[in-house]
Amino acid sequence: MSIDTKTAGRVAKLARIAVPESALPTLADELNGILAFMEQLNEVDVEGVEPMTSVTPQRLKRREDVVTDGSQQEAVLANAPDAREGFFAVPKVVE
Amino acid sequence: MGELSKLTIAEARDGMRAGAFTSVDVTKDCLAEIEGAGALNAFVHHTPEIALDQAAAADARIAGGDAPAMCGVPLGIKDLFATRGVATQAASSILNGFKPEYESTITQQLWDAGSVMLGKLNMDQFAMGSSNETSCYGDVVNPWKIDARNLTPGGSSGGSASAVAGDLCLAATGTDTGGSIRQPAAFAGIVGIKPTYGRCSRWGVVAFASSLDQAGPMTKSVRDAAIMLEAMSGHDPKDSTSAELAVPDFEAALTGDIRGKKIGIPAEYRLDGMPQEIEDLWSQGIAMMKDAGAEIVDISLPHTKYALPAYYVVAPAEASSNLARYDGVRFGHRASLAQGDGITEMYEKTRAEGFGPEVQRRVMIGTYVLSAGFYDAYYNRARKVRTLIKKDFEDVFATGVDAILTPATPSAAFGLGEMKDADPVQMYLNDVFTVTVNLAGLPGIAVPAGLDKQGLPLGLQLIGRPWEEADLLNHAYALEQAAGFVAKPEKWW
Repeated sequence: MSIDTKTAGRVAKLARIAVPESALPTLADELNGILAFMEQLNEVDVEGVEPMTSVTPQRLKRREDVVTDGSQQEAVLANAPDAREGFFAVPKVVE
Repeated sequence: MGELSKLTIAEARDGMRAGAFTSVDVTKDCLAEIEGAGALNAFVHHTPEIALDQAAAADARIAGGDAPAMCGVPLGIKDLFATRGVATQAASSILNGFKPEYESTITQQLWDAGSVMLGKLNMDQFAMGSSNETSCYGDVVNPWKIDARNLTPGGSSGGSASAVAGDLCLAATGTDTGGSIRQPAAFAGIVGIKPTYGRCSRWGVVAFASSLDQAGPMTKSVRDAAIMLEAMSGHDPKDSTSAELAVPDFEAALTGDIRGKKIGIPAEYRLDGMPQEIEDLWSQGIAMMKDAGAEIVDISLPHTKYALPAYYVVAPAEASSNLARYDGVRFGHRASLAQGDGITEMYEKTRAEGFGPEVQRRVMIGTYVLSAGFYDAYYNRARKVRTLIKKDFEDVFATGVDAILTPATPSAAFGLGEMKDADPVQMYLNDVFTVTVNLAGLPGIAVPAGLDKQGLPLGLQLIGRPWEEADLLNHAYALEQAAGFVAKPEKWW
């Protein structure tokens, strides 16, 4: 499987990272280099092997469904690049 | 001036308790050393006021007579740990200006134990890198120097390694996703342990790859690693993967007696083209363990070769998901927008400006391997290979092996900039001996074991059974005593 500049552009779009058109060929080359390295995994017989979900055999604990936190609007917004009237502000989302 | 910053944690603890000096004395010496060590670029956010306040409080507690072992010990904190009101950036521009409103569980435990924060330590951006050259703060320099070149301290916990080896602090926190504690520890001639996955809480530690990330101490001795790991460990209800297991007294386990223990030597770690000096160091380590009364057995970990490629699928996949939160909305950097830009342009420009090239590369690789059509071919296959890698270790431990001895790194520290034109995969090879341990969730420790012929430190790695850090630390203690590594970098900065 090889990545062309079109695929590289699509991956950048999916990752929400702006990559200028002129940088796409280099990006495609780099990604191909890394993917070629991963191709080694095809040598392994994984027939019947379960994909790992948790490295330690444990069940994730459930806690009681109760409110444990809240009323921290100021702290939550303290680091926002743009906070207005108690909300996060972003550019227009809907046309 | 500066003499007290050279202390180990154990020496400082004993000295403070005996009244030979105070935490304020030790802290002042560390602060002076940090002030003079700009050339190492290890400390990137300095917190002298916090440090002196904490030290004074620690002295009062020590005078009261029931202070814990870490009380009054000045530490450096990797920039990955959230520290309330103190810049926390994961060495990335995307977190410019971020000052958390909360404290990570691990650092909170350290402050509760009376430890002192000297400041935040440089690292590879988002812990992605093996040479500390991907930081938004610039490269970290290794205190070890043999010619005109500046050497890398390794990565990603390079600031931690440099600060501890250069005696700017008594010890430091690190984190390890593929070798980021053990490789820099080996490059800087110090001790670094990555505990079993789940031993230390990940809450408040900036996430890279959640199924692999573990924090641990980076220290001047194995005893210090035992003392500090104990303070960092324990169950945390805020991290659902943290284990509900009692934390043993790790220091009490250090008897140095490993007679009758079985040490496994994995054939697959003998790589083609491995430098003779690494080979020799490994042989010496084997001889030392044998002399200490351990039984040496040859073992096989057949899937070792596939650990790196599996890691470079799993880790970027998790990173692409974890790093989705950096969107310019809730914290950190937001790009300035052009007329007519909408929210998608804001995300794309913010992330392009904020993430460095290696982070962008890994996020995009992760995005690709998780995307429709490739999920099974890459991500699921890698997770299956991960199951096999873990099984390799389980099979070996089932035969009665107590610990596994390997080299820590495939080379000594290299020059900053020397890998600049190499392809990314070349850099990834630094983690070849350490990454298996993360994939299997096991504890691993790097112990300085000798100098190469140029005079640079080399480390050996011991890998232990899950949750048996106490036994692993005792093996490391025996190795440390046998190796007798006492070399220190000559001060040039």
